[in-house]
Amino acid sequence: MNAYTYYPGCSLESTACEYDASVRAVFQALEVELHELEEWNCCGASSAHSVNPLLALALPARNLALAQPIGYDLVMPCAACFNRHKSADHALRHDPERRKELEEIVGFTYQGNVAVRPLLEVLTVGVGFERIGERVTRPLEGLKAVGYYGCLLVRPPDVTQFENPENPSLMNQLLETLGAKAVEWSYATECCGGGLSLTKSSVAARLVNRLAERAREAGAEAIVTSCPLCQINLEMRQSGKQKMPVFYFTELMGLAFGLPEAEAWWSKHLIEPRPLLAEIKSLRRAMVGRG
Amino acid sequence: MSLNFHEQIAKVSNQSILLCYHCHKCTAGCPVAAEMEYGPDRILRMVQLGERERVLKSRDIWLCAACETCGARCPNHINVAKVIDALRMEALRSGVTPAEPDAAKFHKLFLFVVQTLGRSHEASLLIAYKLWTLNLLADMDSGLQLFLKGKVPVLPKTIKGRGQVKRIFVKSAEAVAKRAPSSANLAPAQEVQ
Repeated sequence: MNAYTYYPGCSLESTACEYDASVRAVFQALEVELHELEEWNCCGASSAHSVNPLLALALPARNLALAQPIGYDLVMPCAACFNRHKSADHALRHDPERRKELEEIVGFTYQGNVAVRPLLEVLTVGVGFERIGERVTRPLEGLKAVGYYGCLLVRPPDVTQFENPENPSLMNQLLETLGAKAVEWSYATECCGGGLSLTKSSVAARLVNRLAERAREAGAEAIVTSCPLCQINLEMRQSGKQKMPVFYFTELMGLAFGLPEAEAWWSKHLIEPRPLLAEIKSLRRAMVGRG
Repeated sequence: MSLNFHEQIAKVSNQSILLCYHCHKCTAGCPVAAEMEYGPDRILRMVQLGERERVLKSRDIWLCAACETCGARCPNHINVAKVIDALRMEALRSGVTPAEPDAAKFHKLFLFVVQTLGRSHEASLLIAYKLWTLNLLADMDSGLQLFLKGKVPVLPKTIKGRGQVKRIFVKSAEAVAKRAPSSANLAPAQEVQ
């Protein structure tokens, strides 16, 4: 498949605008069509399921209804949006009673012809490591990073159907494909407390700093994520003198592809990533010089 | 109507709460257990024992980060986060003052914005949240930084189908109210006191 329907989600229109920009740039570079779903609505994210179980399924179901006639798979960059839409699709597919209720509330007939897929899986499995590798013109040699998945991409595993929920590997394979060093660590799917970032910031800060410390201890200089809620929480709640930049995996793809747009993404970060990136470039120049 | 507490929560969450044999695996992996009063395994036990007031008044049900680690590792396949969601709904429905009122306020405001616009809008949400919680000074630095970096658009984006979205809110509330009188109250703008 070389075309997808794109659901950016609310974060990518605001606090994660560089994620949105890098997604679009990377798809263009890989010559894969990405069509934004028109008229999409917020999925209710982490709030709806705390208040009303039906609302939490019906809000994303409306987006599924909009995506059905187009027929392309629905790609979700945000882990929370993916989780909600996948949960709705799971209920519609496997629970006839719930399906009837949701069809009535949203006013549509579920066809089940559209797969809800996380962006990381679409790029690494759908498009594939081979095509990504072919497009790399500036390998990220010297960059040592941990892959971080967080919660909502992998759990609950019976709904997300996302590779090994305790030890996923797509992000590490991607980092190696881009020429970076994927550092092994034990916290790739541990929670960063993003859902509590605003309401219990002290708890979120404790979880974030634990992750940053463990990443540093493992020998990493950066954290790479696919979730906008993790990214902002990890950058906003990190404390201490030495802060570790947190990248979206698509930003690193754009960088390794040599896309000129990438320059505009770094100034959007709360933790300045350019000193670290300058080191990669100098390493690369040194390599070129020696070659 | 005559369901006892654990039956009622089992019904709303669609989870077999009585299957829990207290292996504590959920609490062992819970990232916020250290901040909690009881931890997820004891919350489940208290639900089993019908300790309604104690559970609903506990701050634990609002501290849960919904990371789903507990459910993913439960040997009895109990999705504990869904049980916590059901407890939150029951606390709101029965007018129990949430032990962590900010979390409840945030969810209500968030959903109010989505119900109105069809999408979220950070600037409106954050300002309203700060005013409601009187927590005006927290995160001023990072908030300003985000604003200066152009990451919090001042004007909200809305969609033509916001009427449809509003209808989804109304119908979902009606359906849940009809299904089980004891399950949930859904009006997002309802006061939490």
